[in-house]
Amino acid sequence: MEREMMLTRQGWADALKELGRQDPRVVVLDADLAKSTLTCQFKDEFPDRFFDMGIAEQNMINVAGGMSLTGLIPFVSTYGVFVSGRAWEQIRTSICYGQLNVKFGGAHGGISVGPDGATHQALEEITIMRVLPNMKVIVPADYYETYKAVMAMKEMEGPVYIRFGREKVPTVTTKDTPFEIGKAYSVREGTDVSIIACGVMVAEALDAAEFLQSKGVSAEVINMHTIKPLDQETILKSAQKTGCVVTAEEHQKAGGMGSAVMEVLAQNYPVPVEMVGIDDTFGESGNPSELMEKYGITSKEIIEQALKVIIRKQNKN
Amino acid sequence: MTYPIKLTDKDLLLKAIRMRRDIVEMVHAAGSGHPGGSLSSVELLITLYNEFLKHDPQNTKWEDRDRMIFCKCHITPAIYSILSRTGYFPPEDLLTFRKLGSDLQGHPSRFHPHGMEMSGGSLGQNMSIATGVALGLKTQGKQNRVYGLTSEGDLQEGQSWEAIMSAAHFRLDNLTVMVDYNKLQIDGHVEDVMGVHPLDEKFKSFNWHVLIIDGHAITQVKEALAKAQTLKERPTAIIAHTIKGKGISFMENDAGWHGKAPNDEDLKKALAELDEQEAKLSSLNPTP
Repeated sequence: MEREMMLTRQGWADALKELGRQDPRVVVLDADLAKSTLTCQFKDEFPDRFFDMGIAEQNMINVAGGMSLTGLIPFVSTYGVFVSGRAWEQIRTSICYGQLNVKFGGAHGGISVGPDGATHQALEEITIMRVLPNMKVIVPADYYETYKAVMAMKEMEGPVYIRFGREKVPTVTTKDTPFEIGKAYSVREGTDVSIIACGVMVAEALDAAEFLQSKGVSAEVINMHTIKPLDQETILKSAQKTGCVVTAEEHQKAGGMGSAVMEVLAQNYPVPVEMVGIDDTFGESGNPSELMEKYGITSKEIIEQALKVIIRKQNKN
Repeated sequence: MTYPIKLTDKDLLLKAIRMRRDIVEMVHAAGSGHPGGSLSSVELLITLYNEFLKHDPQNTKWEDRDRMIFCKCHITPAIYSILSRTGYFPPEDLLTFRKLGSDLQGHPSRFHPHGMEMSGGSLGQNMSIATGVALGLKTQGKQNRVYGLTSEGDLQEGQSWEAIMSAAHFRLDNLTVMVDYNKLQIDGHVEDVMGVHPLDEKFKSFNWHVLIIDGHAITQVKEALAKAQTLKERPTAIIAHTIKGKGISFMENDAGWHGKAPNDEDLKKALAELDEQEAKLSSLNPTP
């Protein structure tokens, strides 16, 4: 299916500019990656409210924390590996324990970062951010959802982490699709299997559902854009309807969105689940589509897992 | 009551003795805690909280207050004592220190007790917080000053130097950081564990103003804090040479008292020493 290809990080930049116009308390900090995270666009419009902190991410995050204590609303941006990983304990102890009003933008999430290779491909942020008390975690599907999520982050008091990627991704929502932090929704209704996806995998899930339809399988696709707080009600409602689930994310399977979904299912309504994600390995250099193929982050993989999980459901019954 | 206020040196010294009494009593009652580095910071905190920091314990959200950010947050006995004794909460609460359900956590939370601006305990982080507060206030054109209290242990953390670099880069002359330089850490002498000398040269090369004082000489602390308010274009580091365990003879210059609680006998001896110091001081005429 043909979909418009757009940058999620442009959604980040456009929302920041709009927030800058609406609220003088909004400030942006970056760590020498403003041209890549596109916060340079905020800098151009609001040079006095943009702070390049150089290549010192731990300091950047706590400086943002200090600024929030003076009433400002800092949005912090750099690559996901560095913001969530290198500065994890700063986020844990200063920002989350202190409930400081700092917003995090983790750029270059996922293996689709491509040729920069394993060091720059963030595959762990959902796991290590969602474990932190007071943190919220959002993985938007496309440009429009990123824009709306960033606007919503500002209205939510306390720390919020948003992940976006490097590459253009297919547009699966519209300017008018409702967005609420913590409220998932079905992008496509179905009865045989629930595909719960986040980020770019929502588009892959829709492609998979389309194919499955041609084989007589009715797949429901849920856009789980917020991993924390997780929308338990939507997960359980769908699982009760279809009786089996596939989770799909461009992220390590361990501890990620799929794990979060399974925590809910295992405790409330156990059904067979299969996961699509990175399987306990680092990435490598390559072009994004080659990597997605090699590491099984595709609609093809979702289809295989959907067929597998439906058989497990049938065997169980 | 709002601070700063003017006190005689004798009054300040009497307050210092009471603070040392609080410190040993709290750590004794809790059965754990950090007396050594608390005792070394007493004169710095007594002078700052009484005579320099603009604050109002009855109005903790006062817009015009100065901000105090503790970088060495393990010295909660000292922190809670100064907050309590300047009126943020009743001194009776001090003995709940480190107990289940108490506001007085082993390392402080920014939500309690009243008067804490920021949580802390993981070293290296709050130099950046102090920098961020100073940058945030300056960006908004506010005149409030920001103070920090660090230690050479805190300065072993690489992040502290990221913060020191950025505070100079943004010309944060509203920021003054006192270094409680007591030369000992848990594993022994700082210069044996991981040397930080020369601290003054390090700060200077990072484009800070540097003042060097005896951190137990009230007059020198006052002079340095007054001078720091006048220095422009750069943040100021006040490197205060101090003695770990200061004021309790058997705790002085002994790394063993970094994080150890006095037993009943130790407490008795410590309080007797402080009583003696107080009696001696009280017999002196008030200084002008």
